[in-house]
Amino acid sequence: MPVPNDRKYSQTHEWFKPEGDMVTVGITQFAADELTDITFVDLPKVGAQVTGGSHFGEIESVKATSEMYCAISGQVTAVNGRLADEPGLVNTDPCGAGWMLKIKCTDLSPLANLLDGPAYDKMISEH
Amino acid sequence: MNMHQTPLSAFHRECHARLVEFAGWELPVIYTSIIEEHNWCRQHAALFDVSHMGRVEFRGPDAGRFLERLNTRNIAAATPGMCRYSHMCQDDGGILDDVIVSKFEDHFLVVCNASNREKLLGWWQQQRSGFDVEITDRTFETAMVAIQGPEALATLGQLLPVPLDDLKRYRFKTGNLMGVEYFFARSGYTGEDGVEIILPANLALMAVRMLVSRAEGLGRPIKPAGLGARDTLRLEAGMPLYGHELTADWDSLTAGQEWAVDLTKDFIGGDVLKRLKAEGLRRKITGFELEGKRIARQGATILKDGQEVGVVTSGTLSPTLNKNIAMGLLTTGLSQPGTAVEVDIRGSKTPAKVVPLPFYKAGK
Repeated sequence: MPVPNDRKYSQTHEWFKPEGDMVTVGITQFAADELTDITFVDLPKVGAQVTGGSHFGEIESVKATSEMYCAISGQVTAVNGRLADEPGLVNTDPCGAGWMLKIKCTDLSPLANLLDGPAYDKMISEH
Repeated sequence: MNMHQTPLSAFHRECHARLVEFAGWELPVIYTSIIEEHNWCRQHAALFDVSHMGRVEFRGPDAGRFLERLNTRNIAAATPGMCRYSHMCQDDGGILDDVIVSKFEDHFLVVCNASNREKLLGWWQQQRSGFDVEITDRTFETAMVAIQGPEALATLGQLLPVPLDDLKRYRFKTGNLMGVEYFFARSGYTGEDGVEIILPANLALMAVRMLVSRAEGLGRPIKPAGLGARDTLRLEAGMPLYGHELTADWDSLTAGQEWAVDLTKDFIGGDVLKRLKAEGLRRKITGFELEGKRIARQGATILKDGQEVGVVTSGTLSPTLNKNIAMGLLTTGLSQPGTAVEVDIRGSKTPAKVVPLPFYKAGK
């Protein structure tokens, strides 16, 4: 199934969905499948600053621990609190209920450098 | 790199497994969910393809004497039909592998780790001079599956041509179906009851497909489980894994496996182990329970009052106990259960305490 084309994708398997100056961030189904059963998601707190190109959190599964990277800079305005008790939402619905952060951004231009849905699908099919 | 495929490769694909490279073999790491597969094994019965493990026969007049020299465990005392968990060591006591030696009427079968098979084949060649022994690698002409879980024996009892109710733990029996030899051992690597079956490679796929579909038909499904669940299951059961708790960098006593070492007999590495036992161990594989949900992975430092006192060898979030567990090498002075330590998980110091092994023990 193709990934949703309403957002942009990074090479490191995060997605970024802009709505006005607000960007929702999560990881892709491909990344969630690779990690296997997700047991813990470590996210910044509301109000924290995230910086484009640096890591914003850690995701842990039975099998592996992985860092998550943010493509844009801004201030965290919301964190998905459900993930504390239901980290498995990232496995079952990574593009929906398994979202991670909402970030208020002043500069959305870095998103232009990311992959659109078809380009991301192509990348993972060549994996 | 060319990976070996097991005789069950097509079965894994039919079951939509995610296949990964492991010790030179293409193997399923996960079919549906590591946690679901893990729980199915603890509650019902799961099937694992363990065909990658080495299966090597030892024959000839000196086979027993040769294995006695290689193994930490007393092999000579075993009677036909017995399986013995044992280690093989280097001269310096470093662990070469953990194996299961099965004694037949006229020969022995050694099952070893896939990652160590070639190393061991070379080691045995080096050590065999003076012994009249014939060593034959049967790995590629056979398949091996483990069926594990509280329902495993009852379900298999209804489906297999060989009665299993009289088979005791760590015993094996062979069956013969139209000239085809089957091997069933009541052993495993999950902490549950179950069997490990060896059968000819060319019949394994058909046999496993039939077994799984007929178990389904009985309303007692045997579900496939991958390497991911195999690791979490063995870890809860406190069982060591080569490359983690077992390595050539330390010995079987330090690995907490003294029960698998007979210090009254002679074997390669035995002098070192006897000396270590007399002097007392400096460190030992120990169980830990950690606070929080961040898993302590292999290599994480264990601290006491800010001082390094050990290193994590394996860790996971235990699906059965819902606890954050780990095994690690710890200074022996601190190994009293309840002792508070900290584990440095990627820069953050996590409170932990020493707990007895195993973490999980199956009910009778």
